[in-house]
Amino acid sequence: MSHLEINTDLTRRILVGFIRSEVYRAGFRRAVINLSGGLDSAVSCFLAAEALGAENVLALRLPYETSSPDSLEDAQKVIDQLGIQSLTFDITPMARPLLERFPEISRVRKGNILARLRMILLYDQAEAFRGLPIGTSNKTEILLGYTTIFGDSASAINPIGDLYKTQVRQLAQALGVPLSIIQKPPSADLWAGQTDEGELGFTYDEVDRLLYLLVDERYTPEECVQAGFDPLFVQRVAERVRRYHFKRIPPLIAKLSQRTVNYDFLYLRDWGT
Amino acid sequence: MQMRLALAQIAPHLGDMQANLEMHLQFIEQARRAGAHLIVFPELSLTGYVLQDLVSWVARRPQAEDGFFRPLFQASRDLDIVFGFVDEDEHHRFYIASGYLSEGKLLHIHHKVYLPTYGLFDEGRFFAPGGRVRAFDTRFGRLGLLICEDFWHVSPPYLLWLDGADLMIFTSASPGRGLSQDSRLASSRWVETVNQSYAGLFTCFIAHCNRVGYEDGLNFWGGSTVFDPNGELIVHAPYHEESLTLATLDLGQLRRTRARLPLLRDERPYLVQRELARLLTRDEERR
Repeated sequence: MSHLEINTDLTRRILVGFIRSEVYRAGFRRAVINLSGGLDSAVSCFLAAEALGAENVLALRLPYETSSPDSLEDAQKVIDQLGIQSLTFDITPMARPLLERFPEISRVRKGNILARLRMILLYDQAEAFRGLPIGTSNKTEILLGYTTIFGDSASAINPIGDLYKTQVRQLAQALGVPLSIIQKPPSADLWAGQTDEGELGFTYDEVDRLLYLLVDERYTPEECVQAGFDPLFVQRVAERVRRYHFKRIPPLIAKLSQRTVNYDFLYLRDWGT
Repeated sequence: MQMRLALAQIAPHLGDMQANLEMHLQFIEQARRAGAHLIVFPELSLTGYVLQDLVSWVARRPQAEDGFFRPLFQASRDLDIVFGFVDEDEHHRFYIASGYLSEGKLLHIHHKVYLPTYGLFDEGRFFAPGGRVRAFDTRFGRLGLLICEDFWHVSPPYLLWLDGADLMIFTSASPGRGLSQDSRLASSRWVETVNQSYAGLFTCFIAHCNRVGYEDGLNFWGGSTVFDPNGELIVHAPYHEESLTLATLDLGQLRRTRARLPLLRDERPYLVQRELARLLTRDEERR
């Protein structure tokens, strides 16, 4: 039986407590979130506002010249509904010199640059606002590696990283996220007309059910096929999970000494708190 | 006899023993004022749970003359105390341990015998497993202590039962996991089910104290419980919330339940011993 259906009250309780505990123990009282206008960052904002108080959450709207105006508008709905602080900053002038220097740049490179410019602002405003950067990556995109490393994947704590996209949607409904955000097709909005499902070549509903079996239930690929999934789809997804593992772990350190960070120098981040 | 039991469902600081000791003393004082006879703290309550390389730094043998432990020993003159710590033996092996303090003395130490080293757990990497499961006498009767994974295996509670424990005290630092549509996590559901079953199967009291709070991304779900010898729930602490939860145990229930249901009388340990010996010999021969 699939547990993709979640108890949203329990989820909300655990995640709100997580944000409060980990922000406070890191020595902060406030949080900063890049609010794209999409589902994931809206949910992170709702949870952070509940955990820390609306006045202690800063939402950044960081449009680029090709960004959809709907994204800005949807982000504003979240800001207004929660009463959180906000700052809007057009990243086009930041991106321009770089993009002009490489006129032949690919769509992927350009998308990565935009994602990383937004990361720069997230961390800069975190310092200015004295807040901790809160992540907005869901479990589906983390497992598929559908993310820009050191870009949208960068954060100090990520409350929604163990929820599949379809579970984030359930939580969003329970939290009262505006319907226009819940219902629109998920998109990184890095170029006009981009949608996650178009780019990935499958739907979140499909891939979440498959990932749930592969990862949470430890099904072998063969067992997934027996459970009714297309063999090619299973192979493609399993290979993506493997190939993009590098995006999920810290950079590899070459071991030389008796004690090496990440191998045998082992402490939680909450060490001493 | 009525016994007042206090379950201190706390969120220890990771590696900050002084802060945790102060928290213990506050909860003990609160329990004392509420008339508790015994207060139970969760697994590794003085140190925090995911210690990793902090283990050797927080390891400390509980002794009355030790400056750190002195206030805890002193507090046990008013009420008995079960606390969690990292023990170290003379050969510098480290153990996840529970201590039982009463009237200023350390009555018993239990070393966790099952160290989960799978999934999110890595205890076997940092700790030595205990080698004993023993009940011990207290002013309330015979008790047994087990720590978390110890009671995921049926044999330690079974051994305590045969050793005469009428009250089993289980402590945990149980990370919450297994989200579904249920209002409880799979980990909570499992632990509550087995604890209720043990109480019924062994016709004894089962008290479970689980910690709360977070360590990095791990949540600890609390939900401490006490079940009576009929397997009936006496008290249930809140989930995910620090609390001091009091339960009154009517120890006379042991006699009434066992007069009705003499499972302990009819248990056949020699049969178990014989069959175990046979199984172990067979396994030895197959090796």
